[in-house]
Amino acid sequence: MSEMKKIKNLKEFSTSADRFEGANLLCPGCAHSIIVREVLNATNDDLVLSASTGCLEVCTAVYPYTSWDASWIHIGFENGSTAVAGAESMYKALKTKGRLKQPDRNPKFVSFAGDGASYDIGFQWISGCMERGHNIMHVVLDNEVYANTGGQRSSSTPIGGSNTTTPAGRVSYGEKKTKKDMVSIMASHGIPYSAQVAPNKWKDMVKKIQHGFSVDGPVFINAVSPCTTEWKFDPKDTMMLTDLSTDSLVFPLYEIIDGHELNITYRPKTVVPVEEYLAAQGRFKHLFKDEYKYLIKEWQERVDAQWAYLNRREEARV
Amino acid sequence: MAFDKMELRDIEVWDGNHAAAQALRQCQIDVVAAYPITPSTPIVEGYAKFLADGYVEGEFVLVESEHAAMSGCIGAAAAGGRVATATSSQGYALMVETLYQASGMRLPIVLNVVNRALAAPLNVNGDHSDMYLGRDSGWIQLNAYCPQDAYDLNFIAFRVAEDHGVRLPCMVHQDGFMTSHTAQGVKTMTDDVAYSFVGDFKPMNDMLDFEHPVTHGVQTEEDWHFEHKARQHNDLMTKVMPKVQAAFDDFEKLTGRKYNIVEKYDMDDADVAVVCMGTSVETAREVATEMRAKGIKAGVVGIRVIRPFPFFEIQEALKGAKAIATLDRSAPGGAPGMLFNEMAGCLFNLDKRPLLSGKIYGLGGRDLTKKHLVDLYTELQANVDAGKVLTPLQQFIGVRGPKLSFL
Repeated sequence: MSEMKKIKNLKEFSTSADRFEGANLLCPGCAHSIIVREVLNATNDDLVLSASTGCLEVCTAVYPYTSWDASWIHIGFENGSTAVAGAESMYKALKTKGRLKQPDRNPKFVSFAGDGASYDIGFQWISGCMERGHNIMHVVLDNEVYANTGGQRSSSTPIGGSNTTTPAGRVSYGEKKTKKDMVSIMASHGIPYSAQVAPNKWKDMVKKIQHGFSVDGPVFINAVSPCTTEWKFDPKDTMMLTDLSTDSLVFPLYEIIDGHELNITYRPKTVVPVEEYLAAQGRFKHLFKDEYKYLIKEWQERVDAQWAYLNRREEARV
Repeated sequence: MAFDKMELRDIEVWDGNHAAAQALRQCQIDVVAAYPITPSTPIVEGYAKFLADGYVEGEFVLVESEHAAMSGCIGAAAAGGRVATATSSQGYALMVETLYQASGMRLPIVLNVVNRALAAPLNVNGDHSDMYLGRDSGWIQLNAYCPQDAYDLNFIAFRVAEDHGVRLPCMVHQDGFMTSHTAQGVKTMTDDVAYSFVGDFKPMNDMLDFEHPVTHGVQTEEDWHFEHKARQHNDLMTKVMPKVQAAFDDFEKLTGRKYNIVEKYDMDDADVAVVCMGTSVETAREVATEMRAKGIKAGVVGIRVIRPFPFFEIQEALKGAKAIATLDRSAPGGAPGMLFNEMAGCLFNLDKRPLLSGKIYGLGGRDLTKKHLVDLYTELQANVDAGKVLTPLQQFIGVRGPKLSFL
């Protein structure tokens, strides 16, 4: 049986044994490291990890150093999920054949990837892993942009953001497409668990990660990861930005069990207007010009509609 | 769960695909991650049937693409166990990114490549375009000429790749259809004898050893990348051939079947020689014998180990030849052809250089006939008699339309 870690408070949580070292090259204020620590700290079990090419990978395993005190692999941009699925397959094979070196362990297989490596280039690989039922967890560090390579748009990039490949300019407001709904797409594979999490709501996150570790089969987690560099906010404000993302319901926190049963896991006491979330980030600065204010209004309408939809789904229990 | 052994006759009638699938079964692979593609599909299907009938155990992961197949193999190999797969052509092309990753990460994966043309135009038949595409991928590459070779070389592949002094992935190439779908008598080993040749898998830097966590696939930039690549090349150049030779020697002791890094046929006193790979080696041998009856001292050099490239062995094999021709079965894309270039590299600094010309043949499964080779040996003899190459250096064999030649 897997060992579920008991965590009472944030102090206890923050002083847990680290298998992801603070010695890494991520930007000050990067939410990736916070999310990774929260995921890893949710279990005391052994870990087999992968990272797809991206910020997390290039900042944590630069030869001859590693920030990982757990088995870790990086192959390429698109195939981190399949790397961990391969390792999980080997675990099953060696278990069957009685060749595990530590047969009493109960390892967890986790793949970390950015939104580019998940929503775009790695989409097929993740879908394959979900469909085949590997006992793995895929965690998207969703900063809505190719941050590692300088802020190019991905299919997770929201409408109206100014990015280096969809810059706002004299005649453009930037990105023209709305964000892809990966949680629903992954849930549609009929996997036992998919959820959206945020690092500010760490108790909610730990609960979801632990639930994900407890189920048999693939798990998909989408974690909002505010990017100080590309979203353009002060590094000290990462948690403030995360609060705005969840409390404006731009990133609603919910889970989908067995591909259909949807539960909303966080209801903000006071819902913050989307406008406040946008205003806190340099990437949306141009939307506050008069000619683009309609986009903010439309955004609020979309968020309201999405929230109503999630509530209806939860109520319907289907 | 356990698995049953299979009773084999001493000689089975197998095509190259089935021979390879049987070899994989006997090597007791831990993880096969695969995506079927013509003409290698029956290897994957054959393995699936062995699994369904309880003749293998382990994980068989049917992924959604060849790229994912090799990605899964890399993850599985890094986790620590015996790993293999098979592919061809477009699938191989899709896999190329991961081929470099597998070798750069020093993971002993065995890949059966059933050689096939590359689109466009789409073509399912045999040539060596896929093989040539991955020639610099850092894999050890062995070449089978017939189903027997396809069976035997798989055991050699595991033995060499998994050696802790090597730790490099290994391909076993066989010709699409001509080998993969042509049934011949294949001398078998019993399951016990076959497994004893490859032995138990010995893990190294395995991710599943939780007492010793490892980091696989790191970033290196200008500070270390060159050293890593240089070291990998050094190991290919210095460590692999002795291990291959040792494996060939042990295999001969076990089975009586002798393989050589370069397969020489009638080369001791040959004036004219053809250098080739795959099923063409057997055709060329037959024609060489016939040419000798006509008074032309013909020989054949078959490349058995494509990578690492057997530079000195080829020099030795060709040292007495006066005129040689290379047979490249891949569209040369604006160059003389890989074998032509490599022979030129081997021979250029020798005191006595043979006359060298190159042929492009067999693209998309076009037959190489005995008549083509009779003409070729006759042409090479004419070069010998004249003391110079009388034809253009590059000629296409067997292509319709006006005679095509260059250089």
